Amino acid sequence: MTPLSQLLPGQFGKLASLNPERAVDQRLMALGLLPGMSLKLVRKAPLGDPLAIEFGGQVVSLRLAEAESLIVDVAADCPIQRPRPT
Amino acid sequence: MSEPATNLAVALVGNPNTGKSTLFNALTGLRQRVGNYPGVTVARKSGTCDLGDGRKVELVDLPGLYSLAAASPDEQVVTDALAGKIAGERVPDVIVLVADATNLLRNLFLASQLAELGRPAVLVLNQADVAREQGVRIDTGQLSARLGGIPVVLASAWKGEGVADVRRAIARAADERRLLPTVVWPANIAAALAELTRAVATDTGRAVSSAEAQRLLFDTSATLPERLGWAKELRDPAIRAAREQVRRSGYNPLAAEPLVHYDRLRKALEGVVTEGAGKAGRTAAVDRLLLHRVLGPILFLGIMLGMFASVFWLAKFPMAWIQAGVDALKGVVGPSLDATPMLQSLVTDGLLGGVGAFLVFLPQILILFLFVGLLEDSGYMARAAFIMDRLFSWCGLNGKSFVPMLSGFACAIPGLLSTRTIEDPKARLATAFVVPFMSCSARFPVYALMCAAFIGPLYGPGWESAVMVGMHCVGLLVAVPTAFVLTRLVLKVKPQPFVLELPRYQLPKPRDVLWRMWQNAAEFISKAGTVIFAITLVVWALSYFPRDPGVADRVRAADPAASAAVLAARTQAAYVEQSWMGRFGKAVQPVFDPCGFDWKITVGVLASFPAREVIVSTLGVTYSVGEGAEADSGRLQQAMRDAKWSAGPRAGTPIFSLAAVLALMVFFALCSQCGPTVATLAQETGGWRWAVGSFLYMTALAWIVAALVYQLVSRLAPPA
Repeated sequence: MTPLSQLLPGQFGKLASLNPERAVDQRLMALGLLPGMSLKLVRKAPLGDPLAIEFGGQVVSLRLAEAESLIVDVAADCPIQRPRPT
Repeated sequence: MSEPATNLAVALVGNPNTGKSTLFNALTGLRQRVGNYPGVTVARKSGTCDLGDGRKVELVDLPGLYSLAAASPDEQVVTDALAGKIAGERVPDVIVLVADATNLLRNLFLASQLAELGRPAVLVLNQADVAREQGVRIDTGQLSARLGGIPVVLASAWKGEGVADVRRAIARAADERRLLPTVVWPANIAAALAELTRAVATDTGRAVSSAEAQRLLFDTSATLPERLGWAKELRDPAIRAAREQVRRSGYNPLAAEPLVHYDRLRKALEGVVTEGAGKAGRTAAVDRLLLHRVLGPILFLGIMLGMFASVFWLAKFPMAWIQAGVDALKGVVGPSLDATPMLQSLVTDGLLGGVGAFLVFLPQILILFLFVGLLEDSGYMARAAFIMDRLFSWCGLNGKSFVPMLSGFACAIPGLLSTRTIEDPKARLATAFVVPFMSCSARFPVYALMCAAFIGPLYGPGWESAVMVGMHCVGLLVAVPTAFVLTRLVLKVKPQPFVLELPRYQLPKPRDVLWRMWQNAAEFISKAGTVIFAITLVVWALSYFPRDPGVADRVRAADPAASAAVLAARTQAAYVEQSWMGRFGKAVQPVFDPCGFDWKITVGVLASFPAREVIVSTLGVTYSVGEGAEADSGRLQQAMRDAKWSAGPRAGTPIFSLAAVLALMVFFALCSQCGPTVATLAQETGGWRWAVGSFLYMTALAWIVAALVYQLVSRLAPPA
């Protein structure tokens, strides 16, 4: 269980939960991002924010702060990139 | 159909980036704005569509949207239009749903919501060519059967394929009137909806449709309760109780709608759509380059700089041709009017001078809108918003503010209109408030004149370019803190959700781009034809009359030894000075004295409030009337360079010192000098409060900054 904002570019996952109270999450649900949906963090914008995520054959941009409520099950069959040592 | 129906109303509805506007163009033959930036369609577009069987229908192109849960004004327009809630707008007899064939599931979510409206519908699977290329196969017969037998058509509006099928399908839908099947709600949700409908009827005496009941139950940002006149103390417990009932069925009430719809749609599409292998492979590859951490911003800057370089340097050639053409016309017309000096002055200085000085900037506008059209239609505009968002979000705006602000560099009017794509009304307001600060093309003449006359000759082309660029940044530098203060302290904007689709890259359709370019140019010309033209004439009249015939004698008497040419010039100067405009400018000049403006500049500034581009022609009139039949810019520049203070502590020093030149440019960069902008701002913010606020703020700021610049520079670099 990882917040989407902590995924690394290129990482896949399955949406575990979101917060329907939030306007962002409502928008994403209308686009088809519902629990159980596979998604991929495609990239971060050059300044680190916003994120581009891919799900259901579309690429959508959302801000880091807004991705906070999206909890993702990082796919087990996907090679998990280790965070770079800081 | 008892008679050949020519008055059917048909609405085009669909997600953004589905090629809906291109289909609209293909169906009506009318051209309009077509973009690839999500939510580009904001204005109401309608046209007549021939159904091919002798019937004609009125087709309305509604703004693109993903869901009926209306968050933005655009989305509100769609839900209102479809429900017949807009005055003077007919309830559509047929709804044409335009869907992207490569992403059917998401596109059908809107269709599934629209089913509740109970209108006959057509489903157009657009961009079928791209779907085919990606290997996506759709069984349209099966899909139609699962969607209640409504016509389902494959089309590619970009290539013009399947457009005739769409016409036939609209005709069929109008005749057969088949409806999309509505969703079957789980028992608790159905009960909650029924309960809400009953509560509204009891509390307000009004009947709500099933679609409206769903908005009441599922949406948190809906404006519907207020519009129903449902009192807060009555509706809050009713909605809370209904949501509690939904919760008992195991659904989160705010997630139930997409969950139920998507679940149903997934079943409906089973065996209908065969997904292809290579989805969006090319777009991903292009994004790897254009959104690269390092290369992305470099390419972004390159594209933007390329755009501005083209606007400023490429446009010079056609600008020179237009100038030459107008001058030639003056040379032809002028001498034939020698017998009537008043008419001669009116025609050459008032009419031709004013319109010519203005038309000359048309090439820049055409080139800029060519670029904007290419960026929008290619899909890059959304990437630009993605790259830029971080720079905008900290000051309360978002990446979507980029397009209005960029458009503002051409003209504030389209910029203001494009703020409608911003969902959050407060951020929208903040963006609209700062758009007029962007250095629009109408400011360019002032910078160009000042740089060409003073900065270039004195400091060289390098400084000329630097000042040019600097002036274009002044507005931006003021806009950002303005937006910050506005959103943090005045408007208290909640961070708005920034969910933006990065659409598939697409080759722009030249016809669409050129048409949009022409539309913007036509708007500019029509503005020139009305406001600007009228103002030029008024300014000419104010500076021509009253014309005391004794002026010439008095000038001659003062210095009988002067040559005829010098006498003529002085006579003209004297005429302007004692004209209405000269008297008024002199009276108001002390206000602008701290900015280093003499009475002639003051006259120009005052005359420019309705439209700032008038300044050049006004200076042309105040500085070169009577110095020959023409007031070409070379003569104007010379006249300005020669102008000296005649009295006061600065007597004998040039009026256009470096300090005054910079102050004047800064004043024009910041001042609210555009009647149409103020009017549009009032229209887009729903009242004159913000428009008046913007006018006062910009004008006061312009005066303060210009005065600061003048006082500072004149101390650092005193005129020689």
